[in-house]
Amino acid sequence: MTTTRTGYKWVGTRPVRHDGLDKVTGRARFGADYATAGMLHGVVLRSPHVHARILSIDLTEAAAMPGVKAIITGADLPDIPDETGTGSEGGINFRDLSRNILARDKVLYEGHPVAAVAAVTLRAAQRAAEAIEVDYEILPAVLSLEEAMEDDAPVLHDDLFTLGLDSPPDRPSNISRRRVIARGDLDAGWEEADVVVEREYTTKAVHQGYIEPHAVVAETGEDGRSTLWCSSQGHFAMRTYTTKVLGWEPGDMKVIPAEIGGGFGGKTTIYLEPLAALLSRRAGRAVKMVMTRSEVFRATGPTSGSVMRIKMGARRDGKLVAATAWMAYEAGAFPGSPIGPGVMTVLACYDIPNVLIEGYDVVLNKPKVAAYRAPGAPMAAFAAESVVDELAEELGIDPIELRLRNAVTEGVRAVYGPKYRKIGFVETLEEARDHPHYSAPLGPWQGRGVASGYWFNFGGETTATVSINEDGTAVVMSGCPDIGGTRAALAQMAAEELGIDVHRIEPVVADTHSIGYNDMTGGSRVAFAVGIAVVDASRQLIEDMCSRAALIWDVPREEVEWVDGRAQSVTGASAPLTLEELASGAGATGGPLSATVTVNPRGAGAGFSTQICDVEVDPDTGLVTVLRYTVVQDAGRAIHPDYVEGQMQGGAVQGIGWALNEEYIFDRNGVMENPGFLDYRMPVASDLPMIDTVIVEVPNPDHPYGVRGVGETGIIPPMAAVANAVYAATGKRMQDLPMSPVRVLEALSGD
Amino acid sequence: MELLSANPGAAVFAGATDLIPQIQAGRPEPTLAVDLKRIPETGRIENSGGFWRVGAAIPAAVLTAHAGLSAAFPGLVEGAGLIGSDQIQGRATLGGNLCNASPAADSVPPLVALGAEAIIVGRGGERSAQVSEVVIGPSATSLDQSEFITEFRIPAPSRGSSDAYERFIPRTEMDIAVVGAAARIRVDGDGRCEEAAVVLAAVAPTVVEVSAASGILEGRVIPHYSGRDAFWDELGEAVVACCNPIDDKRGTAEYRRKVAQVLARRTVVTAARRARETL
Repeated sequence: MTTTRTGYKWVGTRPVRHDGLDKVTGRARFGADYATAGMLHGVVLRSPHVHARILSIDLTEAAAMPGVKAIITGADLPDIPDETGTGSEGGINFRDLSRNILARDKVLYEGHPVAAVAAVTLRAAQRAAEAIEVDYEILPAVLSLEEAMEDDAPVLHDDLFTLGLDSPPDRPSNISRRRVIARGDLDAGWEEADVVVEREYTTKAVHQGYIEPHAVVAETGEDGRSTLWCSSQGHFAMRTYTTKVLGWEPGDMKVIPAEIGGGFGGKTTIYLEPLAALLSRRAGRAVKMVMTRSEVFRATGPTSGSVMRIKMGARRDGKLVAATAWMAYEAGAFPGSPIGPGVMTVLACYDIPNVLIEGYDVVLNKPKVAAYRAPGAPMAAFAAESVVDELAEELGIDPIELRLRNAVTEGVRAVYGPKYRKIGFVETLEEARDHPHYSAPLGPWQGRGVASGYWFNFGGETTATVSINEDGTAVVMSGCPDIGGTRAALAQMAAEELGIDVHRIEPVVADTHSIGYNDMTGGSRVAFAVGIAVVDASRQLIEDMCSRAALIWDVPREEVEWVDGRAQSVTGASAPLTLEELASGAGATGGPLSATVTVNPRGAGAGFSTQICDVEVDPDTGLVTVLRYTVVQDAGRAIHPDYVEGQMQGGAVQGIGWALNEEYIFDRNGVMENPGFLDYRMPVASDLPMIDTVIVEVPNPDHPYGVRGVGETGIIPPMAAVANAVYAATGKRMQDLPMSPVRVLEALSGD
Repeated sequence: MELLSANPGAAVFAGATDLIPQIQAGRPEPTLAVDLKRIPETGRIENSGGFWRVGAAIPAAVLTAHAGLSAAFPGLVEGAGLIGSDQIQGRATLGGNLCNASPAADSVPPLVALGAEAIIVGRGGERSAQVSEVVIGPSATSLDQSEFITEFRIPAPSRGSSDAYERFIPRTEMDIAVVGAAARIRVDGDGRCEEAAVVLAAVAPTVVEVSAASGILEGRVIPHYSGRDAFWDELGEAVVACCNPIDDKRGTAEYRRKVAQVLARRTVVTAARRARETL
């Protein structure tokens, strides 16, 4: 269902996506589909220990094995200063990045790469990796947030001193950073509160779960110039990061984007790319590396497990007057959990005068976390939205009504600083309240839960080119991999501007040598930021074509206007010139028709979502079945509603998986026990009902069509929506994720 | 058989839906892999002389599509139909599911409940064994290196007899049983239980039969719902007494004990209903 406004010819319609045929016929080439003649195969030797000092690595036997062409270890990568660069989803420390790609003196999690081998066959490379002898000194491991934060905890990094404390620490610890947000007078707030709820919540590390494992083919020539084919969320970032880690020049590396089989934030960083590039340089041949599913789970970014304590107070009339949040997020082996967005978003839905939020970024012996769809926000919302639900119950106020009484609106100052511009939170709440789902009857052991979520979204550095071919067709070129239907959305915006059929436009994701720089596909930024560049470029082209028509007609520019894909004479003195005519004659009027626009736009519209979940709980087994689910979300403007709905549904499904069954399970020694889709229990299609969607459109004034990012917000409310529904069905508050059958049955047996 | 005897590292396979993932997970590769699917006995389904003969290498998808077998042994077909995914169903077999010797195998509890025999051939000729005797522990069978199973011989159901299998997984498919339970029930014309067998999966090192079940259930009229009758508690106690479960990534021992009781009740109810429907 959609409430998309009409009045546009292409924006808001649902054309067949341009990349659809290639994808359904198998012609689309994903990361592992690339191959070159004479290519070698590379594998990674990974640590079997979660925390150990590397005493020695002996490559003698492995290097002598048949077919082995190159072996590298941490000693082959340059030392990199401890400095932080920027990315679309937060800072990146290149020294840590390098050490995550190949361990130096210590291994910090099971699966941490220790060496990489290239050989003529995959089997030969695997055998050689097994023949590498590594001597480890086992160190005490830190496997939980509680352990990691203790005063006498074993320390992962001797040089890690907590940032953000009132006085600088005199010794290293596992806490890399403390983030604090405060406003108002808490004492006065608690004084004013009639009802106070305080609870502790925990969540486990969960993986993005993209179907396509990481894959790369690298070919480095004798001249030091290299080409990478890889699947990522941003090939410019892959180039920047890879060359940084190798100490190479970015201009010497071309990265060609493969089609991407899912990323969800997890493909915003590098793992294999520098290994393959360096192995290729050493061996003088192309090197292909593809992770196994087990490697993906054990060594690529899950998102943080967390512990959160939330306290909120409200007056009898439902006004929230005070709140505190204490949050600790697992960063994995190196600093950099999404605690920043966690503290920023945890209370961002509500206008609360007195607030103290305290967040900790904590390292421990688990894989380094990576971005995952609205990084840091879903677990925070699980905690905060569960407390809001409890308050609503204590106050006897409908949970949507309680949210409406406290919802942030335009002009309200967000708890983390800026004032909200035009936002649609209230509209999502009203749509949810008025949706038939919200008042549908429920049976025994069934319950309904509601929760909301906020995500800021991002703009970012962007280049786009629009070119008109001689036959009047057009190419829209961007440098952002299409992970959510953005090719179609960009083509639709260009079609709307140019006034031509959307299928006469070919949207292209160009490589690093074919278009200017682009930040990654992340922060729900592409339809917003690249959309602005494409619209601007299209308008420049229209201006150019109108000028050329004026030249042909020998009239002033003002006497030409662009209507329905044609230059028209305002006076009617000349017959219109079509895009085809102008394009075919372009050589005589000034040369080819092409426009490139670069932008770094501000004003990415904030996204809000409110979701309704019905569950049924089997009291005998603890099984929670989602019966009905509705996502209401403000998209600003849905350019292609199918893909907006797809994003809303996909986010909800990932959040439901996070809520019910997904978790990293470690044995006593910190070794992951479920590194595969059999026992890492993501939902399968038959687990879920059709996810109903309601697109709310409160246009973003900073985008020509009103677009807000839609990719991430949908994953934020589900865990609390499910937990609140389980409470309604059973009377049990589930404060620890996942709400697996074992946990739910335990809670039910507590009577 | 000669190949198997001469190659101590050899493995037999039918669908290879366990063998290949195990090799990928790091188990030593067999020196030789022998495909059983072309041996005629492993691929036929026959009903004669009071027995059904079901080939050990028939894909689950063929079993679930077989009308006669589905009518005779709905529980066995349910179990076979739960192995893996649709794609796996095209290859996975009863013989492989048994000889993989997992305590969580879905088709094994119904075979045991039905009193099925495995026909085993090897260098020493042909022999038969109760299915319950084939598996002796996790990943261990009583077959010697030259032996494999060609087919299963299952007593044809008498009038008033039927079976059921149910497993618990946290999802709806593509998973492995946290607990499984099969039941075979025979009822008389009044719907009174004359004979009962209850077999559990994933609660002990091997599939286990709840031997006390027949004593508890015989003579009872089994209701449509597992309500409050005291014999359900007795059955539950008997189930728990047979359980020797472990805590693992798929569930806790305590959880398995509780859910084994639930599934035993549910499959007994289903099997009894089906049994009444045959009258």
